[in-house]
Amino acid sequence: MTISNIQRRRFDSLIIGAGGGGLRAALQLAEADASVAVVSKVFPTRSHTVAAQGGMNAALANVLPDNWHWHMFDTVKGSDYLGDQDAIEYMCRAAPKVVYELEHFGVPFSRLDNGRIYQRPFGGQSQNFGGEQAARTCAAADRTGHAILHSLYQQNIRAKTHFFDEYFAVDLLKDDDGNILGAFVFDIHTGEELIIEAKTTLLATGGAGQLFRTTTNALINTGDGMGMALRAGIPLQDMEFFQFHPTGIAGRGMLITEGARGEGGYLVNVNGERFMERYAPKAKDLASRDVVSRAIETEVREGRGCGPDKDHVMLKLDHLGVDVIQKRLPGIRQTCITFLGMDPAEEPVPVYPTAHYTMGGIPTDRHGQVVIPVKDTPEEAVTGLYAAGECACVSVHGANRLGGNSLLDILVFGRAAANHIIDYLKENHYHRPLNEKSVEKAYQRLHRWDDTGEGESVEKIRSDLKRVMEKNCGVFRTQDVLDNGIKEVSALHEKLKHARIKDHSAMFNTARVEALELENLMDVALATVYSASARTESRGAHSRVDFQERDDMNWMRHTLYSLEGRKLDYKPVRTKPMTVATFPPKARVY
Amino acid sequence: MNSLYQMPENEADSRLRWRCRRGMLELDLILNNFIDREYVHLNNQQKQLLDQMLDYPDQLLFDLFLGFMQSADKDIASLVSYIRKSVTT
Repeated sequence: MTISNIQRRRFDSLIIGAGGGGLRAALQLAEADASVAVVSKVFPTRSHTVAAQGGMNAALANVLPDNWHWHMFDTVKGSDYLGDQDAIEYMCRAAPKVVYELEHFGVPFSRLDNGRIYQRPFGGQSQNFGGEQAARTCAAADRTGHAILHSLYQQNIRAKTHFFDEYFAVDLLKDDDGNILGAFVFDIHTGEELIIEAKTTLLATGGAGQLFRTTTNALINTGDGMGMALRAGIPLQDMEFFQFHPTGIAGRGMLITEGARGEGGYLVNVNGERFMERYAPKAKDLASRDVVSRAIETEVREGRGCGPDKDHVMLKLDHLGVDVIQKRLPGIRQTCITFLGMDPAEEPVPVYPTAHYTMGGIPTDRHGQVVIPVKDTPEEAVTGLYAAGECACVSVHGANRLGGNSLLDILVFGRAAANHIIDYLKENHYHRPLNEKSVEKAYQRLHRWDDTGEGESVEKIRSDLKRVMEKNCGVFRTQDVLDNGIKEVSALHEKLKHARIKDHSAMFNTARVEALELENLMDVALATVYSASARTESRGAHSRVDFQERDDMNWMRHTLYSLEGRKLDYKPVRTKPMTVATFPPKARVY
Repeated sequence: MNSLYQMPENEADSRLRWRCRRGMLELDLILNNFIDREYVHLNNQQKQLLDQMLDYPDQLLFDLFLGFMQSADKDIASLVSYIRKSVTT
């Protein structure tokens, strides 16, 4: 197959990724009579949105008094004042409408006795700007993501969205002026390549939790859209902010909810010592997530870890008794029995901090347009390119995401991006001519994996990358640790250039897909560790042992990492909301 | 060494392996572990049954594998039990 023989298809809009953000955008576009193609490397209802159990925030005030402005305050404060306040205002104002739309699409939200949508309280929610606890999270039992994803998929089928299921997107395509005009993709089933030309392209590929050895993220979360954006010359924003949860099952990653410690569970090291008493004498095991995470990592680093490799600590629950555990923590008990073959009512659970959510990503404005600095302008739109959801950085989560805001983010900004695309399509009726060099570049990147002979193993490099990132860019961050991370990731990046795969077949060549995913992860890893090394303060999820304070004077700004030259740049936080007064930075105390 | 990324034997097997990529980490771990360890021991009927089960929504598979729900179909229930046992053995 040569480039000239590759089939070409044309659509008004191409969406890469079929999670909640991609499907919400696709539906809006299809209903506006745009021709929409959705490319997804897995069947759409197997996207990672399905794993979001908690719910989505919206100030409906169905259970307790609430309004969007309080929601906005909580989100700005939660972001440790790095979130862009115009985007946060937009999201919080749009939230109720988006929930009602989902209800009309068929999402079976849990109900109150009076028939209104049930809302549960989550951490970080307040009434009246930091007052009493609010109840803001709308949920469909404990399977909200699943319900949303399935409803949106069915609505898209009705609206005749064109799905390319189990297709892998290799790279974005451009014209001579750098406008984005679609993507080079291939069918995982047959290996057949396809050029999708589109007037607009939306990246909605999710996060990059697979950067770390211990993660809550599914295997598919390999930062594909972020990698594509970097290679297209677009910087990634705020990649140093990665949310970790202190108690994942060691070596597996699944969450053991904070509720386990809330019920009286506590952490011990290899000596059986309740070490949290040393790190947080008052709050002990219920100290904030970053404090508990760093304490666990310190115990492991100082040789007091448990197990043959001394690489985790233990969460003790057995003293609570089987009845309490079965009644209040049945999910945790079942998870331990299934994955560890042990009962937490009888034995302690091995735990270690687990990577959960990518706050950073592809920089966008509140319309989902990808924006980059050009000369003296910090944010100039890249014509034809949009991003939404965890792969994007709009930035509503800033340095730390609040529970219940991730589903909201994907839906609000998937919809907003689609609305902007609809307006764009009204003004742009014709496809622009592709720059064939960008096609050739994508083709070469794919076919580089046809090289035969001896070389480094993709599997080994991937495993090493995850270990290096966990050790050098996880919850324990100092200048030495992070600089060592740059060195080690750079060495792996070099090794990857010489890697080979053994399978060169066309049909269902998953080895090739995994190699391409690793290339994406590698570039995202570099962005993450470079950005983290440069930020000499602690803010939100970026917690530095050697710079423990937030430094608003020097660091109220977004990081931008570019692949070319591995350059770092910065741009100001948008502290001016759309209509209300700015929330100025204050100490983040709960 | 994890054999998840080893070269597949043939196209049908590769297709099945790719269908084990799911939206939830728990399912990735359970299914890929099962494929790595037990796939070679499956007969054709079991392979077909597994393929059929992979059409189920993620949430349903999660409930079955974590023991929150049992299948009324005896063959599926038996396969689920086989898969559950393989996780910790």
